[in-house]
Amino acid sequence: MIWIDTIIQGILLGGLYALFASGLSLVFGIMRLVNLAHGDLIVMGAYLILVLVTLLGISPFIAVLIAMPLMFVFGYVLQKHLLNRTLGDDILPPLLVTFGLSIALQNALLEGFSADSQRLPTNALTTASLDIGPITLGVMPLLTFGSAVLVIVGLNQLFYRTELGRAFRATSDDAITASLMGIKPANIFATATGIALVIVTIAALYLGLRANFDPNIGPARLIYAFEAVIIGGLGSLWGTLLGGVIIGVAQTLGAAINPEWQILSGHIAFLLVLLIRPRGLFPRASD
Amino acid sequence: MSILSLQSVSKSFGALTVTNDASFDVPQGQALGIIGPNGAGKSTLFNLITGNIRADQGSIHFEGRDVTKVSAMERCLTGIGRSFQIPQPFGKMTVYENLLVAATHGRNMSEAAVRDDCAEVLERTELIAQANRPAGQLSLLERKRLELSRAMATQPKLLLLDEIAGGLTEGECQALIRTIKDIHAQGVTIIWIEHVLHALTSVVERLLVLDFGKVIGLGDPEEIMASREVREIYLGIDV
Repeated sequence: MIWIDTIIQGILLGGLYALFASGLSLVFGIMRLVNLAHGDLIVMGAYLILVLVTLLGISPFIAVLIAMPLMFVFGYVLQKHLLNRTLGDDILPPLLVTFGLSIALQNALLEGFSADSQRLPTNALTTASLDIGPITLGVMPLLTFGSAVLVIVGLNQLFYRTELGRAFRATSDDAITASLMGIKPANIFATATGIALVIVTIAALYLGLRANFDPNIGPARLIYAFEAVIIGGLGSLWGTLLGGVIIGVAQTLGAAINPEWQILSGHIAFLLVLLIRPRGLFPRASD
Repeated sequence: MSILSLQSVSKSFGALTVTNDASFDVPQGQALGIIGPNGAGKSTLFNLITGNIRADQGSIHFEGRDVTKVSAMERCLTGIGRSFQIPQPFGKMTVYENLLVAATHGRNMSEAAVRDDCAEVLERTELIAQANRPAGQLSLLERKRLELSRAMATQPKLLLLDEIAGGLTEGECQALIRTIKDIHAQGVTIIWIEHVLHALTSVVERLLVLDFGKVIGLGDPEEIMASREVREIYLGIDV
């Protein structure tokens, strides 16, 4: 029974990793930009929510609603005025610039908030749990997983049902031809990064409620996100969720055997998938 | 009244002059064919007209307005549409979605407003049965039709066709000519670059010959094809 419980906890943890990964997957899918600062942006989002909670004395769930538009604007401006300049045939400039951005963000957060670890305030809801037969499920992990599913359903609807989504896909397919159709790729990219940072903010909420965070934990979140995206097959959003779940389950199983093995077993699961399916579980038809 | 007018347009890439002092007018509603050997600068001429590249010298007027320094996107919005020599559909999107993207952005309208128009274009270009297939799976003729449809979806006043008949079988070519004639009959001005001469001459009213970036002949297709200069330079026949 303990094993079933462990696996279910792992699946729910996978929801958090899928939230980390969705924004990364969105940005990579549309503009082939690998954002090495993605983990630090999640941590920045968590601090933003913390500041709003502290200043306004509101619940983190309300604060996230204020933080989302702010993060959207930040993402839009960041993409439009900095990251767009790095895009081109060469893959190196975006890597270098986002790596630099990662360091700058970490140091700015250290300067502003010190290295002390922080946590978003929890209430009765966040510690509540449900008993389903012999299994006890935390309300928070359930909310996290539900949010991840909602985010992925929402992104799929956006991509396949809306005008903006079609513009995303057209630009992703061929930015030059898209611009001849009257699409402005620079604005499309900026909007995509804005949306990615809205998802980052949702991820930040659950990160901050689940565990302590400090300015240095970004790069590790980036690696989990990367692993989830790559296991899923680049650009497939449902694949990303499955990737998150695989890492989550591997981590909780590893931890159940020996608490020191949690992180390691996640990485081993990733390497195993890579060994068997080098292009991920749901690779795109081309590129 | 001429819908498009080029005056002394020149363009060089480094030491290579690809468009050399080109001047010509295209009257409203006319179909003009452009011929010339490979490397004569035909596609460059199109890129200058659509605004993908800027002229070094000279001016380009569209509907009487100087568009020499106007961006490609704005020119698209004012009514210049084009098809590509090598079809460039958005391969992972459906045929219908390809048109929706072109129509909404090319006309600056909402999707709801252009839906029926897009279906109508597909009807006319005989692609309606393929509307929900991914564009990447189309045959060559269907891809060419999609190129044509996508250009038509922006409701251009001036339609630029770049070697759209190349690589088609004779039967496919005739089918495509029918569609182009139909579009022309609706009053759309057409400029068409083509190596398949019989396809070109069955549609166009005037022919322009380009060689080394220079306009070396412009006039009635039969006269142009019969002229000694054109036969020598374009067809490589020593007469």
